[in-house]
Amino acid sequence: MPNPIIYDLMAARPELLVLCMAMAILILDLFLGYANRYVSYVLAQVTLIGAAILTVAHHTPGVSFAFNGMFVHDPLADVLKLMILLSSSVVLVYSRAYLERSGMYRGEFFALTLFAVLGMMIMVSGSHFLTLYMGLELLSLCLYTLVALDRDNARATEAAMKYFVLGALASGMLLYGMSMIYGATGSLELAEIRRALLSGSPDHAVLILGLVFVVAGVAFKLGAVPFQMWVPDVYHGSPTAVTLLIGSVPKFAAFAFVIRLLVQGLEPLAIDWQGMLIIMAVLSIVIGNITAIAQTNLKRMLAYSTISHVGFLLFGIFAVSINGYTSSMFYIAAYVLTTLGAFGMILLLSRQGVEIEQLDQLKGLNQRSPWYAFIMLLLMFSMAGVPPTLGFYAKFAVLQAALQAGFVGLVIFAVLMAVIGAFYYLRIIKLMYFDEPADITPIKPTSDVAWVMGINGMLVLLIGLMPEWLMELCAYAIAQSVE
Amino acid sequence: MLIFSDYVFYTLAAILLFAGLRVITARNPVHAALYLVLAFFTGAGIWLLLEAEFLALALIMVYVGAVMVLFLFVVMMLDINLDKLREGFWDYAPLAGLVGALMAVEMTGIVGVKHFGLSHVNTPALHAADYSNTAELGRLLYTDYVLPFELAAVVLLVAIIAAIALALRRRKDNKYIDPAAQVRVKRADRIRMVSMPADVELPDMPEGEPT
Repeated sequence: MPNPIIYDLMAARPELLVLCMAMAILILDLFLGYANRYVSYVLAQVTLIGAAILTVAHHTPGVSFAFNGMFVHDPLADVLKLMILLSSSVVLVYSRAYLERSGMYRGEFFALTLFAVLGMMIMVSGSHFLTLYMGLELLSLCLYTLVALDRDNARATEAAMKYFVLGALASGMLLYGMSMIYGATGSLELAEIRRALLSGSPDHAVLILGLVFVVAGVAFKLGAVPFQMWVPDVYHGSPTAVTLLIGSVPKFAAFAFVIRLLVQGLEPLAIDWQGMLIIMAVLSIVIGNITAIAQTNLKRMLAYSTISHVGFLLFGIFAVSINGYTSSMFYIAAYVLTTLGAFGMILLLSRQGVEIEQLDQLKGLNQRSPWYAFIMLLLMFSMAGVPPTLGFYAKFAVLQAALQAGFVGLVIFAVLMAVIGAFYYLRIIKLMYFDEPADITPIKPTSDVAWVMGINGMLVLLIGLMPEWLMELCAYAIAQSVE
Repeated sequence: MLIFSDYVFYTLAAILLFAGLRVITARNPVHAALYLVLAFFTGAGIWLLLEAEFLALALIMVYVGAVMVLFLFVVMMLDINLDKLREGFWDYAPLAGLVGALMAVEMTGIVGVKHFGLSHVNTPALHAADYSNTAELGRLLYTDYVLPFELAAVVLLVAIIAAIALALRRRKDNKYIDPAAQVRVKRADRIRMVSMPADVELPDMPEGEPT
């Protein structure tokens, strides 16, 4: 009979691949000159795709635990890992040209991105407070560094500093909350905590204190109001390639974090966290949408739009139903696909010396390139939630779940807010189609970027027309993993 | 009724609180670092009371012996102007004090004997004198907790990468020596043989012309 540690390691095969390759790239990169730097890039891509293949090949429908109950291998983890790996690969495709331009085309960028992916995979598979926390710290530490990697950029350094200090504070709150829950239930393992809660013996006052801190920590990581202060500054200050990474893939991990902590672990306390999430969801939608209208900077506008999307995401969670969690998962997938496209488009339109930052720079895009203007139109429609794009169906699903849970007033309010929010997305479309371009340089992306962007844009439309398969995938993942 | 270990605990706790307070109020950063050493040392004493002998000694050796010494070096090498750092301290102090006091009051409502007293938690069992918590810790770290333990190692690796990537600056005018190049060097690289005619007539230079 083989050693049990072998079973444990086999359960974490994709993680092991990412870890080993990240270290290999780090060392190999030392021996590569600037001209051969593409080797690191290709290896990072191979790692992500390889880990995605491993995740699929290794998939089993049931739930199994490894590492003494600290690591869970279930459909939710597998589906989210697949999404994380594929979207990280897209992030690398989009950011390559930007990295070359800005002097960030270094081995550390790829190694840190892979370590961040590893952190997300650990978070997604965490079934124990310790694993969840270690994964979160691994991810956060990589992101802080990536933001500051462009060292001579004062704005990026400032953003990294704010992100780091506030992130450390949030981690502290999260840990304090976890320690309180441990004090009340006597366990750090989510399944054990749930059992203890259902038995009804833990001290309720201590649990609530812990819960408040945990929810605050999670809300910070998600960027929900009132813990959203860092989002616009970090999105704005980071190099755009890093904004693309921060704004997209980690949302999967944050979603998994919410599901694991609040649903799988603390669902018996749902009556208590539901109220907190409702307040955060409503505030996020209001502040996100209204503040975004006043922005003239594209990255800041998308940051506020993220905050409002997080609000919509929470609608599915506070519905406290399988249907609600499924809709939220669908929402997060739709959000990431659209955000990848939007920030990818900013990178695609930028070139040496011209970084697209202001809304005005999108003027007359239709005359310069009807194809990219059309993709941008699809992406903005999707963010605004205009049918038949993906974003419409995603909003529809979460609001329907909230409606089923009986929150009629809140749903009507959310729809009104979505209509207000549509203004700033439609303004971009107006700029692209009805204004004269100030800059008529032709847009020439490399062929890989052009292809991926084309597929990305078409997916936003096609999945919007045929959302069933993605919905079924999310439903399968949630139904198998959440009791 | 207080027993001997209670007196030890309260004495250590009082010293710990005092040292902690002085860390953030001392004007001289070296003094602050030294108070931190005192805080660590007293904390280690409290851990000893809790029968965590290995952790207590590790705290002294690692934090007091290594980390704080390094920290003192850094503090002494950097010219930190504390008065500038403290600018605005008193402007924020009333509000920060109010928030802190409120939070402390709220938290003591929960974190206290009422919810964590001996009526809620059983008294931990005392171990025999030959009980080794070093062996216990080692066993737990490398079996039950091996995954978080390895993850902590990865986090530290990332921290090193981050520190180097952010702080290492390659100077363009750095005159470093490459020993491999020195060994590989051939005579032809250093000496240029120029064949010159033995005697060359210099052309007449025009004299006295303004340049």
